[in-house]
Amino acid sequence: MNKKVGYAIALALALGAPFVGYPVFLMKLLCFALFACAFNLLIGFTGLLSFGHAAFFGAAGYFAGNAIKNWGLPFELAILTGVAAGALIGLVMGALAIRRQGIYFAMITLALAQMVFFGALRFGSFTGGEDGLQGVPRGKLLGVIDLQSDLTLYYVVLAIFVAGFALIVRTVHSPFGQVLKAIKENEPRAVSLGYDVEKFKLMAFVLSAALAALAGATKTMVLGFETLTDVHWSMSGMVILMTLVGGMGTMVGPILGAIIIVALENKLGDFGTLMASLTGIEWFNTLGEAVSMVTGLIFVACVLLFRRGIIGEVLAYFDRRKPA
Amino acid sequence: MEIFGVPLPAMMSQLLLGLVNGSFYAMLSLGLAVIFGLLNVINFSHGALYMMGAFLAWMGMAYFGLNYWVMLVLSPFIVGVLGIIIEKTMLRWLYKLDHLYGLLLTFGITLLIEGVFRSFYGVSGQPVDTPELLQGATDLGFMVMPNYRGWVVVASLLVCLVTWFVIEKTKLGSYLRAGTENPKLVEAFGINVPLMVTLTYGFGVALAAFAGVLAAPIIQVTPLMGSNLIIVVFAVVVIGGMGSIMGSILTGLGLGVIEGLTKVFYPEFSSTVVFLVMVIVLLLRPAGLFGKEK
Repeated sequence: MNKKVGYAIALALALGAPFVGYPVFLMKLLCFALFACAFNLLIGFTGLLSFGHAAFFGAAGYFAGNAIKNWGLPFELAILTGVAAGALIGLVMGALAIRRQGIYFAMITLALAQMVFFGALRFGSFTGGEDGLQGVPRGKLLGVIDLQSDLTLYYVVLAIFVAGFALIVRTVHSPFGQVLKAIKENEPRAVSLGYDVEKFKLMAFVLSAALAALAGATKTMVLGFETLTDVHWSMSGMVILMTLVGGMGTMVGPILGAIIIVALENKLGDFGTLMASLTGIEWFNTLGEAVSMVTGLIFVACVLLFRRGIIGEVLAYFDRRKPA
Repeated sequence: MEIFGVPLPAMMSQLLLGLVNGSFYAMLSLGLAVIFGLLNVINFSHGALYMMGAFLAWMGMAYFGLNYWVMLVLSPFIVGVLGIIIEKTMLRWLYKLDHLYGLLLTFGITLLIEGVFRSFYGVSGQPVDTPELLQGATDLGFMVMPNYRGWVVVASLLVCLVTWFVIEKTKLGSYLRAGTENPKLVEAFGINVPLMVTLTYGFGVALAAFAGVLAAPIIQVTPLMGSNLIIVVFAVVVIGGMGSIMGSILTGLGLGVIEGLTKVFYPEFSSTVVFLVMVIVLLLRPAGLFGKEK
């Protein structure tokens, strides 16, 4: 019962948030939260570490952006184009990567995603190359609702996020999700029980890729541009970090992680300037550009000190306090 | 003389460039394989430590006026010591966990090291001079070979072969291989396995730094030079498999040559050809060319 109350409170907060915060920033948060949840479906509930999720996130952004800007498709079809592109890349990448296990799986996804990155760099007429795809219009939802207003778009993005999140929750609790969990816990046993493990892994991979693509396509619509940053390997690392900080294998952990990491990225520069003015050390001014140093530190701290993530540690604490 | 419409000297110089890149791939994938064998960790920070090796060489020359040959020894030594510290203070706690945590930790270390160098030096390249002894070029008849490039290939091959010899043919190497197979049993025979693990990691990353110093005069030294390389090296490792030392060396060199040839015939393709080879290998021989699945 607690869960339902929790979700209701969170939803109420999300509905009211744009009146307090800056809508575009909130929409960006929602997109990254969905991205992290999609990634978590794979690492947290299937036990596959993908180091290539930036490929789906970024490629979907390019496809959705081109669809609405150059091909003249409406908002919802543009997003669907992005999702389809991401799912297709996910299908190819997944089919190749599941041929190897464990650590090799991570390396293969990383290498294949790098191929997508080079592709984006190479086909400049499609992606805008180093400049990125600029001036993506928002268009109209279903041809009637104008999305130019940030507030309107915010509620559309919130709806997309809720739908994506609900799909993930439903998937995890479905019989399909139980099989995925079995694969995560003990793959040989799942095989011996007669499950076609490769098929399940591939389905999970494609689903996760499609949801990551949904997040990427939506983000492009919100910000109106798409750049190489989103297909770069550092983005794959970023989504891993969000999930790790929040808690791998928990439902809401990745959302919390995304909020922390995105906020940190945005505010680190301000913090650096503040520290520089307080301490007089010039070097702090460069802190904004050295985000990777801080994210690296958090990575190391997470892996060494609290592998379960914030939500994971909280849940473990309550578990321990529960009377036996 | 021409081969498929490409003049021989042009072809040969690309081939040499391919061999140079190939020797970096070989040294890095060798280090990864040795580390993975004993520690069960994929060392993502290999690229960053390679970068650090190159940067230390530049710093030693620019700030302290040391020469190339001193840095060729000093820089791998410093990075090796740093590696030992990393292993002793961080990696050590992860051996009993899923291998993925080792990858994540070293990924974090990569970001950290890169970030530190970026905050001090930005992303622009620092030039490192070719040592006086190796400046100029030699006319080999069919091509003009820049001496330094020849030296890089010879030096890396030598280092790779010595490593192979030590691991495959000496007593020390037999301890190492036994430790890879069954660390508990080796420890029962009175061999200090934790020490061996620490030194192996130190040696592996020193090898990466050595490659970095060799690379420094050829390419611009930038904080990002390592991460671009490490992803290609991962593909090399997937292609070759990490089961065999000689396998890593040969795969590394071979892919460098393939890359060089691609630059001649289809330059747009050269940055992705290694990944494409990886795809083909995954389809035909999923365990890798020299691989045995662990």
